[in-house]
Amino acid sequence: MSDPIIYRLHDIAKSYRGRSAPAVLVPGVMEIRRGEICVIVGPSGAGKSTLLRILGMIEPPTTGWLMFDNQRYDANTQPALSYRRRVVYLFQRPLLLSQSVYDNVNYGLRVRGIKDEQNRVQRAIAQVGLQHLTHANTRTLSGGEAQRVALARALVIEPDILLLDEPTANLDPANVEVIERVIRERNQQQGMTIVLVTHNLFQARRLAQQVGLMLDGKLIEYARASAFFESPVDPRTSAFIRGDMIF
Amino acid sequence: MLWSVILLSLQVSGLALFFAAFIGVPFGAWLALTRFRGRSIILAVLYTFMGLPPVVVGLMVYLLLSQTGPFAQLQWLFTTNAMVMAQAVISTPIVAGTVMAAVSGVEPDLRRQLLSLGATPLRAMWDVVFEARFGVLLALVAGFGRNISEVGAVMLVGGNIEGFTRVLTTAIVLETRQGKFDLAVSLGLVLLGLSFLVNGLLLILQTRTNGIWRAV
Repeated sequence: MSDPIIYRLHDIAKSYRGRSAPAVLVPGVMEIRRGEICVIVGPSGAGKSTLLRILGMIEPPTTGWLMFDNQRYDANTQPALSYRRRVVYLFQRPLLLSQSVYDNVNYGLRVRGIKDEQNRVQRAIAQVGLQHLTHANTRTLSGGEAQRVALARALVIEPDILLLDEPTANLDPANVEVIERVIRERNQQQGMTIVLVTHNLFQARRLAQQVGLMLDGKLIEYARASAFFESPVDPRTSAFIRGDMIF
Repeated sequence: MLWSVILLSLQVSGLALFFAAFIGVPFGAWLALTRFRGRSIILAVLYTFMGLPPVVVGLMVYLLLSQTGPFAQLQWLFTTNAMVMAQAVISTPIVAGTVMAAVSGVEPDLRRQLLSLGATPLRAMWDVVFEARFGVLLALVAGFGRNISEVGAVMLVGGNIEGFTRVLTTAIVLETRQGKFDLAVSLGLVLLGLSFLVNGLLLILQTRTNGIWRAV
């Protein structure tokens, strides 16, 4: 039976040249369970995106290490392509290629040498409600549509882990609803592990099974969603949930 | 005579552009996408080489290929090979510098996003360069323009031998010196026409691409 824990972080710290304090500090051990939606909340600049990039193996930690499905990843380890391909990180901005929606969504399959998967691509496009724009060039899309294409491009690969960096920032409620619905569906139907970063507490309440709060680069609380919202341990978490200005 | 001069000009400049693109496109893309110690020195050298005086390049190539030079055994001096070599040296920095600027203009996180979608580093680099395709095309046009209009280097290393190494620019110089201004002006108009043709082609390509974007 496979380990229910897919990520284990051990004393992770990430520093950047020219900054005295680490941009991210996760003291002790942080675990992310397979098949759950984990939401990291916190104000802008708290280090949420940096932590997500470490999970996505896009940036290595300066100290500490990460165990991803029992494979160690640290400052001196390059992740193998086969491992890297199990995780997809979506940047906050859609970052699409100047090609058609179809070609963008097909990208992950193309680079894996998977051909003739038109139905799979069409299904992913339909899931985000953009089948009428299949052959449109991405330069003609609105911000919300572009974000949905970016999500479909990640989903078509069916990764084990999906890392989403503020996927609904600056989007209207209709687009937010579509993206949250797709996230829930993929998590429930395929057991996809999803780690999402947001500064929107309401979104965390709607989606999360596990919640972490980051402040000033440090993970200060990490708990099941019910415990996090109803009986937080750290007074700063209580203040953050109440909406107090704690930063 | 005129057609052979035009054809030779296109052949020499086209071949020189091929070599310039072969080296300049990947080198420019690599400079745009990587950060390493000493990069700024390489950039300073590249910018300097973008403005290299052609006659100096001609002199360098001449010395390399002359009887006392290290590549004398090639026996390329006063052949089209020497002219291609000189023009490639002149246009490679222009192609590399322009490609670097074009690729630098692409969203910096795009490459990391493509890697996260499962691309290999080489594939991601290729797709980022493809994203800057119009800039790359512009670099090739600029390189070709520099090649076809160049006179000092090809005159030095080619020798302007009729039917053998005479190209449009060296023919214009010769006809002017001989007082055959009508012919010199005609050749100049042909040269201008070629430049116009190349730039027109670029414009058509650009408009067609924009058209595709507008049509969807």
